[in-house]
Parts: sequence; C-alpha cells; structure tokens
Amino acid sequence: MPNSKRIEMKINGESYAAEVEPRLLLVDFLRVNARLTGTHVGCDTSNCGACTVMLDGLTVKSCTVFAVQADGREIFTVEGLSKDGKLHPIQESFRDHHALQCGYCTPGMMLSSLFLLSNKPNPTEEEVRKGISGNICLCTGYQHIVNAVLDVAKRGQRQQKKRPRSGKN
Amino acid sequence: MYSVPFDYLCAHNIQEALKLLSEYGEEGRVIAGGQSLIPLMKLRLARPKCLVDIKRVPGLSFINKENGHLKVGALTTHRELGVSDLIRSDLPIMHEAAQVIADPQVRNLGTLVGALCQAEPSGDWAPVVLALGGRLKCVGQKGERVLEAKEFFVDAYTTLLQPGEILTEVNLPIPGARAGGAYLKVQRRAGDFAVAGVAVQLTLDEAGLCKDIGIGLSGAGLTPLRAVAVEELLRGRRISAEILEEASRCLAGSVDPISDLRGSSKYKTDVLKVTLKRAVQLAASRSKRS
Repeated sequence: MPNSKRIEMKINGESYAAEVEPRLLLVDFLRVNARLTGTHVGCDTSNCGACTVMLDGLTVKSCTVFAVQADGREIFTVEGLSKDGKLHPIQESFRDHHALQCGYCTPGMMLSSLFLLSNKPNPTEEEVRKGISGNICLCTGYQHIVNAVLDVAKRGQRQQKKRPRSGKN
Repeated sequence: MYSVPFDYLCAHNIQEALKLLSEYGEEGRVIAGGQSLIPLMKLRLARPKCLVDIKRVPGLSFINKENGHLKVGALTTHRELGVSDLIRSDLPIMHEAAQVIADPQVRNLGTLVGALCQAEPSGDWAPVVLALGGRLKCVGQKGERVLEAKEFFVDAYTTLLQPGEILTEVNLPIPGARAGGAYLKVQRRAGDFAVAGVAVQLTLDEAGLCKDIGIGLSGAGLTPLRAVAVEELLRGRRISAEILEEASRCLAGSVDPISDLRGSSKYKTDVLKVTLKRAVQLAASRSKRS
C-alpha cells in the first residue's frame, strides 16, 4: 500500500495497531483488523446507525469515519458493555423488555442509549426518542426500545433505594 | 462503497495545513468532522487526491463573545453549539437549529464550518447564518479575507472558498433589544435534510413595526438563499396576516426549488410559503417577549 499509514487506537481499553490505507473505514478496522464483529454495517451511508460506536466518549457512525481519523483515540464498542460475564444494565433492560427482535440494530441502539443516559440520567420519553433518532430499527416499532431505555434509569433509582434494606439483612 | 484512494495528511497548525493544501491545489480537501465530505467520497461524487485533517490544529474550536459578536471556530461541532449556554442566550436561533441537524451521532462529529463549506442547498446552517448576516473568515497562504455569507454560496455545492483556503471562523452579530429569531424546518423523518427550511431573524421597533429582518431559505433552489425581496417587503411594516400573505406570494416568485425525492418543485414552494409565514410570526412573537 503506497500511501498506507500506521495507526494505533484503544478499543475497550486494549491497544490495537495496524498499517492501513487511509480510505479504510473505522467500522472495517473494528470488524476486520480488530476482529470485533459486534459492531454492524447496516446501510453504509450514515443513515441507519447500526455501526454506532463511541469515539472519545461521543457516539459516531463508524461507517462515516476513516480509521486514520481515530488514530491515537479511544473507541468503545458493544463488546465493552458486559463485564466478567455480567450484562450491562442497558443489556439487561433490552432483554427484559424484548427491545430486540432480529438484533441487527441492537449494538448501535445500546450505544446511543448509553450516550443519552450518560448525559441525561433521567430522560423523558421524548428525550429517549430524540436520543435514538440516529438509529433505525425495522422490527420493533421502537416502543419496546423506548421502554427499555426508560427503565434503565428507573432501575438505577430502585437499586439505590434497595441498598440500605439489603444492608440490614 | 469505498472512496477512491487518497493521501491523508494530518496538520498540526494552520500554516502547515495551508502549505499542504497548496501543494495539492484543487485535488486537496480539508477534513474536520467529515460528516458531509465522507458520504460524498463514498459515493465517489468527491474524489480528492489528498485530505488534510485539521482536527488536531489547536485553537480552532471555540465559541467566543467579542464586541457584540459571537465567533465560532472551524472545529466547533453541531453538538457543542447545541449545548452552549452562550449560543442559547445570545443566538437562540442557532440553539434551535442545532437541535434539528441530522442526528446525535452526526452532530457529535460534524461542524458548522464544514456544513457551510459543503453548501448543501437543503442544509440547516446556511439559512440561519444568512438570516443573521454572518461573515466568514477565509485564510490562505497569501493572507486572509472576510466574506459576507450572502455572497458565499455561488452555485450547487459551490462556494467562494478557493483551493488552498480554509474557512477558519464564522462571525455572527448578536441581535439587540426587541429581536426575535426562529428556524423552522419541515422534514420527512427525523434527521433528514429539509424539504424546506426558513430562518428568520428580525427586530421590531418601539411601535411594533419591523425595523430589520434577515430571512434565509433551505430547499429553495440550487443554493441556500437569502430572501431579499421578502425582507424588503416586510421592512418598516407591521407583521399582520395580510402582510404575511403578501410576503408568501412574493417568496413564491423568488424561489425555484429542485424537484427530487423530497418533493416536487411546486410542493416545496407551497411548503416554503407556509413555513415562511409561521417562522416570521414566531420570530415576531419572540421579539415581543424579549
């Protein structure tokens, strides 16, 4: 590759380096170079949001970012959500509310939800709908996804209330 | 689809960026967020030989208040504008527009300046900057020049920015007392480009007459447009149902929307007429409250 460039980035805390063509898309760096295939390619035209990942803490559509732009930066993907075999609260809530059917949009949908909740821990339904407006789901009609995201916030509050009681027991 | 191959160069200061750009002439393009440019490159409608990335140039991301103006830097993103307290208090029309641009992911990366350079005829920022009477600072190796937004958009996706130049700053006057603004957009679905968009920034005098007004249009032709004839019609008049009817007829005569998948030329003209009336009315009511 005549004009290739060596890049290095942290993905979910781990370093990945490779020699890449500048036109390589970030989503393909994640899926092909780093072998993290949880991030999906949907439309490949910046419309559907299936490829959503976080770049330095902000959600982006990784089909519309060149991998070279992410050189030296931190990426967070769906693979980073669960820890030690334990689901992230967003994943649990998506499971409990049937917020997925085919599951194709789910990785991107969960990252957009995470970004929303990190900025607005107690969103209204309208704020949830706006927060996931960059992610298209063709199965669910969105209602169960919205319910799941709203419930993540509520679960957080319930857990906080529960803690003192469990302390007594 | 993948773009054609290109060289990617990362600039670390503005002089370096200008030097790299001058080496490639018309084959070089600046990239910041890339949210307009990358989709075009993937469609191979844009085929630059070289991208000069200015994202790591320090001092280009800012929202500063100076001498009655807000200055916005080349790297300031839609999101940063949308959450800025300064924008919310001093240029509420920009706060309003920032919420309806594309979707959260695109807003996290894309920039105001990038959108202006793209000159998308159905984009949201150009009409707002036109209505506000913004000025654009363009820097080249031979020096800098300041262009009026109203002369910047010359043809479809074409601006006065020359090869080798970088638009580094947008300068927006802060409206004074009794000012009101509104940006209204009609879109087919969340995050889409506008079927039609109207930005109105006006000032009423003490008697309630329209002292000054700027109107910018999206989806009205090959370029973002400033509705000069409508502005002239409304200046010095009281905003009433009758004058708005006259204004919308005047608007229909001065726009020429392109028929495309977002609607026919006739439909878009009708949507522009209705949206104009609503936007002027909303701006006037906000002016009375301010």
